[in-house]
This record gives sequence, structure tokens and C-alpha cells, in this order.
Amino acid sequence: MAVGTVRSSKVSAELENAAPVLSVENLETVFLTSEGAVHAVNGVSFSLQPGELLGIVGESGSGKSVTMMSLLKLLPMPPAEIRSGTVGFDGKDLLQVDQQELRAIRGGDIGFIFQDPMTSLNPVFTVGFQIMEPLRMHLGLNKANARKRAAELLELVGIPSASQRLRDYPHQFSGGMRQRVMIAIALACDPKVLIADEATTALDVTVQAQIIELIKDLREKLGMAIIWITHDLGVVAGIADRVAVMYGGQIVEYASVAELYDDPRHPYTKALLQTLPRHEGDRMERLVSIPGQAPNLSGPLQACPFAPRCESAHDRCRQENPPLFEVSPVQKSRCWLEDQEVVNA
Amino acid sequence: MPETAIAAPEALLRVEDLKIHFPIYDGLFRRKVGDVKAVDGVSFEIKRGETLGLVGESGCGKSTTGRAVLRLYDPTAGAVNFEDRDIASLPANEMRAMRPRMQMIFQDPQASLNPRMTVGAIIAEPLMEHTKMSAGERKDKVAELLDQVGLSRDFINRFPHEFSGGQRQRIGIARALALDPDLIVCDEPIAALDVSIQAQVVNLLEDLQHRLGLTYLFISHDLSMVRHIADRVAVMYLGKIMELAPMGKLFASPRHPYTQALLSAVPVADPKIEANRKRVILTGDVPSPANPPEGCVFCTRCPLAKKTNDKRCFTIPPEWREIEQDQFVACHLAE
Repeated sequence: MAVGTVRSSKVSAELENAAPVLSVENLETVFLTSEGAVHAVNGVSFSLQPGELLGIVGESGSGKSVTMMSLLKLLPMPPAEIRSGTVGFDGKDLLQVDQQELRAIRGGDIGFIFQDPMTSLNPVFTVGFQIMEPLRMHLGLNKANARKRAAELLELVGIPSASQRLRDYPHQFSGGMRQRVMIAIALACDPKVLIADEATTALDVTVQAQIIELIKDLREKLGMAIIWITHDLGVVAGIADRVAVMYGGQIVEYASVAELYDDPRHPYTKALLQTLPRHEGDRMERLVSIPGQAPNLSGPLQACPFAPRCESAHDRCRQENPPLFEVSPVQKSRCWLEDQEVVNA
Repeated sequence: MPETAIAAPEALLRVEDLKIHFPIYDGLFRRKVGDVKAVDGVSFEIKRGETLGLVGESGCGKSTTGRAVLRLYDPTAGAVNFEDRDIASLPANEMRAMRPRMQMIFQDPQASLNPRMTVGAIIAEPLMEHTKMSAGERKDKVAELLDQVGLSRDFINRFPHEFSGGQRQRIGIARALALDPDLIVCDEPIAALDVSIQAQVVNLLEDLQHRLGLTYLFISHDLSMVRHIADRVAVMYLGKIMELAPMGKLFASPRHPYTQALLSAVPVADPKIEANRKRVILTGDVPSPANPPEGCVFCTRCPLAKKTNDKRCFTIPPEWREIEQDQFVACHLAE
């Protein structure tokens, strides 16, 4: 798989100037609860180039899933409220288009794969019905054609004797197989963008390896852009071109995959990489841990959310939330340590 | 090898040919029609002060093994020797006297703590059941336990929902330590925690082991964490142990084809390594433990069996053999 590294550096350099398929600007989502507003997403901006695989990494509560759900307004509103931002896709702002148009895009031009394949498939319909649904809704295929296409899709995702298995129900499939069905549904309408939210988290490692190989394969064949959300730094290292690291509802670091692992700039990224046990050589005497806990997001961010847990935090970090500083043409870090004026002075 | 293993070579726990079968009932009269062979002939030992890692994928029987070791299930066959007593056949009252010496830490710190009990009551419960301490003594002991797991003594009257996942797991650990056990079965203790919190809990477990001389059976599907904490590692598949070896040997030169596939599937947080890795991708799924394959249980997915097409793999269950000093495999073909 030597292709992987060559590709990632090329993709980030070459495609930087191409028109992005998806561009998110300053997205802010809050949840209105009885105890006040929880600021889950605080000004997230990123863009997705055609054919790119963008990894989004973060721990629970960092806002990675809420960000993606906000893009297609998949959140229950209320309690969720998208306070500001634009989501540019296909010349439109997805946050402004009406419900009908949004329905046409969900599962059409933008496909979704969710974490738990058991709860995201409907247990009372056959797998065939569920794959045919988007084909009939979005592409207007008749039943026979939809069935034919559904069988092709199941075959594409590596399910043996596909046309027979269309009649089976989700419980007749194993976890890995179900996730393949989810992928088939997401791919049904030939999406431009595929969003995978913790798509392999519920799976065993050997099955995870199968699904990752499948995604790599499908990407070569179909060329869609993918957003891959995960908490697993290992998975991202293997498949992503670029990576956004999220913390406290913000992107704190944004880099090509090579830069991120070679030269992480944000103290949170550094700490996160250090907490992982070694995979070869002598093992560490003690694991490096990040002291403290995830930030409380009730209230707008007044300071750097990582400051209470950060080794290099200074006064400014506790008073002002840093902007994203550019470190290299691709890499950006949301940390005062990157402030050139201070470094020079 | 850490010094703990050398200093005390005596075996604290010796499991011999342990089998746990769950009956399947079906039909109009709910007749027994078969067995789910969750654990099917597992043998291993754990030395005092040692950590044995037990790894495998979901459904391989690792948690069932862990529970059987504490006799939370009654074994179908086999022996679980704790020191030199077979606890698998101990009468209930004698078993109860043994319980304080073996404890468990559960996966989900949310589900394993009673939401209506205060932290103090949760940690003191084993003391009330198994000791004759007065209320004052119990309170002192609870405070001491909270110190040990790095929680503030002020938390004693709070309820579990007021804590984060990592803190809840610390409460579970304090409860497990209350009776000064020898053996602790840790069943996926960090699986429900975030990466940055996992390290805190693993460090705590290691500190406690050094300080109190604990013996751990560490059940996990996270191979990189097992590599960090375990002295020896057993790899399970479909109710059987496939390979058992010291940590170093298992990770540096795995001999069983399943171990090899499992290790190669673990993602490594380094794009350069990931780009050049040769993965053994297993095809298919784990067979049902109600109807395991004949011969070697791994034969339906084994790349080596497929390549060589050796008849033994599909007909004869492989023998448990020592392929190198301290490294055991159950495979006809491993070299």
C-alpha cells in the first residue's frame, strides 16, 4: 500500500486549489437545555476537496458527530439550534435550502454511514427493500431496475450471493455484513460526498480491517470524497489524506496525515498521540496520560478549552481563545504558541 | 519480564480444561436441542503478581472465562484451582468465604454502579457483607480506598451520575479493592473510556498492582493496551485458546495464523507504517459457537489451512503444544 503516502501528500498539495465539493464556514451549533445552552460546535470551518478523505478525530463530546449532523440538519431542532455558519455544497448553502431539497440531498448526493449498523437499519424491512428505497426515491427507478441495482451494490460491497440475500432481514447478517449493507445504502445514489461516523467502531479489529480495505477499494473505483469520523488515531493514519482534530467543539489542528503524525503542533494532538501505548520495541514504564477531564461546554468559549489540561498553557490561554494559526500551507493549529508576533518578540 | 513474575513464581490460579456450555432449548416442549459452547476446553495458569492478558474478538468466550474464574457461572466441566482448591466444585458456603479474595472490575462503569447508592455506600457494601467492621471503621476504610484510587474523600456522599466515566471506573476499582483481594478479573476495564482517560486508569491499575501485589486477569480486545500491561497473553477464538505466550514473544513472533491476522489488523497510529503494512485480511465471519467447525475451530477462515489444504485442519482438533519455550499454540501447521 505504498500508494497511500504518495497519494496523501499529492492530494493535499494538488487539490488545495481545486474547487471544494463541500465547504463549511464558521458553523455553530448549540443545544438548548433546561440548564442553559450547551455549545457543542463553536465555529467549525473546513473544506473537502473532490476525491479526498478527510479524517475527523476527537474524543466523545468534542463535537465531531454534531458537526456532521448539522451539515444536513439531522439534529432534532429544538433542542438543537444552528446559530450561524454556511455549508457550501453544489453552489447552495445547505443551511438555507428548504426541507424538500434537503431530503433530495440526504442519501442522494451526500451519503451517510452511521456507527451502529444494528440500530440504523430497520429490523422489519428486508435489506433489499432498504437498499432499493433510496434508488426509488432519489433516482426514480422502477422496482425491477432498483432490485437489479441493489444486487449490484451488495456485490460491490463484497456480500456473496447478493441477489438471494436481498430477501434477508438485518438480523440475519453479522455485524460486519450489516455495516457492508449500510455502505451499500450510502453508495446507492452515487454520492459526491460520503460521511462515515465511527463506521468501524462497533466492529472487531479483523472485521474493521475488512471494512477499511473495502472503503479504500471503493474510493479507487468510485472516487467520491469521504469524511471519516473516528476517535481512533490508528485508523485515520491508515486511510486519511488530511486530518482535523477536534476538541471542545472546535477544530484545534488541521494537517495532512503525514504532518500530523510527524510534527503535531497543537498540545492536545501531541498529548493524544503520546497517550497511545507503543506498538513495537520496549514498552513504556508508564503511559502518558492527559490530566483532567473534557471541557464543560455550557457557555460560549471565553478561553482556550484545552488550557486547564495543557502543559504549555500561559495567562493568555486562560483569557482569550486562540484563532487557527497557519503553520504550513496545509497545517493549522489553534494555539497561542503559534502566534508569530509573540514568538518573534 | 517484570520483577514481580520472577519474585513469586507460584501459580495463584490454575484453570484446567474449563468448559462452559449454555443449553439451547427449542420446540413446543422446550427440549434441549444443543449447546452454545462459549468456552470449550481452556487451560492456563496465572502466577502470583502476574498479569495475564486474555484477548480475542467479541463472542470468543473471553468474558465468560473471566466470569467462570470467579464462579459467576458454574462450569460444565473442568477445574478452576485457586491456590490449591478447586473452586468449581466448592459448596456455596465455602465459596462465599473465598469470594473476598477474588474481585472483578467491569466494563461499563455506568451500569455496574447502583445509581441510587452513594459512592460511600457502594464501596462499603463488600465490607458490610464480608467483614465485621463497625460503621466508623468502614468509613475510615472507604476514605482510605478513595485515596488509593485518586478520588477526593469529599466525594463520599455523592452519587454515581455526578462523576465522569473515568472517575466512575475509579469507584469500581475502589470497590474491588475493599476486601484486599489477591486476584482481580478486569473485564474490558477501559473499553468504555476515551483515549486520554484510558491511560489514567491503566496507570492506576499498574500502580495498585505494584503497591498491593495484585494478580490480574486482564480481558480486553485492545491489543495495544494488552501489550502495555500484560506479562503473558492468551489469544482466544471461538471458545478455545489459540496461542499463549509471554508478551514479548507473542507480539514479536506470533506463531498461530489467527494471532498473526489479529495483530496485523490492529491499526497503528503512524501513516508511514500503515502505508507499508502487509495485512492478513481474514475473510468471512466467526462461525456460531453452537455449531463450531470440525477439526480446528479456525479452519473456516485460516489462510494457512486454505493454502496448504491440509486435511488435519478440517478433521482433527489441533493439539496444544509448546512450540518454543513458554510459547504454546493450538495449530497443526504453525512452525
